[in-house]
Amino acid sequence: MALQENKSALEVAPRDEAKIKKIWKTAGILLLLTLVEFVFAFTLPRGLLLYAIFIGLTIWKAKYIMMEFMHLGEEAKPLFYSIIVPLIFLVWLVIALMREGSDIFLMRW
Amino acid sequence: MSTSATAIGVSPKRGVWGGGNEPLKASYGKLMMWFFLLSDIFTFAALLITYISIRVSFPVYGGPVETFVGSNEYWPVPELVFDAIPFFHGVHIPLAFVGLMTFILIMSSVTMVLAVEAGHRNDKNDVVKWLLWTLLGGITFLSCQAWEWSHFIHGTDGGSVITYVNNLGRVVTETVFGANLTVNEYGPASFAQLFFFITGFHGFHVTLGVFLLFLCFYQAAVGVYEKRGHYEMVEKIGLYWHFVDLVWVFVFTLFYLI
Repeated sequence: MALQENKSALEVAPRDEAKIKKIWKTAGILLLLTLVEFVFAFTLPRGLLLYAIFIGLTIWKAKYIMMEFMHLGEEAKPLFYSIIVPLIFLVWLVIALMREGSDIFLMRW
Repeated sequence: MSTSATAIGVSPKRGVWGGGNEPLKASYGKLMMWFFLLSDIFTFAALLITYISIRVSFPVYGGPVETFVGSNEYWPVPELVFDAIPFFHGVHIPLAFVGLMTFILIMSSVTMVLAVEAGHRNDKNDVVKWLLWTLLGGITFLSCQAWEWSHFIHGTDGGSVITYVNNLGRVVTETVFGANLTVNEYGPASFAQLFFFITGFHGFHVTLGVFLLFLCFYQAAVGVYEKRGHYEMVEKIGLYWHFVDLVWVFVFTLFYLI
């Protein structure tokens, strides 16, 4: 999209059906993954395995939203990595606070 | 996606990062939106990881689902707390309403990305149409959340008998209905506190998004972007709206499924 200062009415490009189809396909995948989570919530026994599946599916959905809807994959590589790489810090936060929580659990009960 | 030509070419002496160049190939506004969203990811991540941390510090209800009673001794099973839908009073329909809310938010994200796509084509009519759908989805989601909160606060018909320290510092045992920040009928006090804080903070973001969407819709409809020559504002507000959806995906898993 050129950022020229065009005062007259803009030229309307025709619909790119392939692009629109891809958007709906992504929507279908997101809804399907949510549906799978629902089915699992009522059929599988609660436990670590189920939680791991839920978190895996959630991250999978997050990937679709960021790459397809937010078009992060189409951005320049330095921008892509400056958004993705800082998220590594969160891995540490998860480990640290889960450890903290289970230690509190052991002291309380 | 900005593919505009750079004003100054890359000097071989200075290289890509030496200035006079656009190494990230995105406009200022879009870059700032991305970095704001990154900081917001950290805020929400801190809240959600705190939720996990507090949750693992409590025992989990281990008995059969049918005999569940709310108690602040253990963390509740979400499908037994969030089991109400409007117009079906007292009927146990687990997670259906929150599933509907998730569906609405994902669909509004889809219409948003369609609006962004229409913006790339400078198609004013399509932009206005899809923004209106997105706006409608956002308002519907907020209305659902208002009902959900209201139900959570008022509670069930039976309530639960909870022993807790009240506002005056006395230990009391009484039937508690619904939830507030001191005590709730579902589980430990921090369960309701985290629910209010996290879904509230997310709802605040959705509210802000609805205002931005309305602004964007209005400006697109009266032809501000047409005069400006591009629909980048739709793209920037779209990024924010997708982020709100992204956060909900995590809230949904952590609060309602796990």
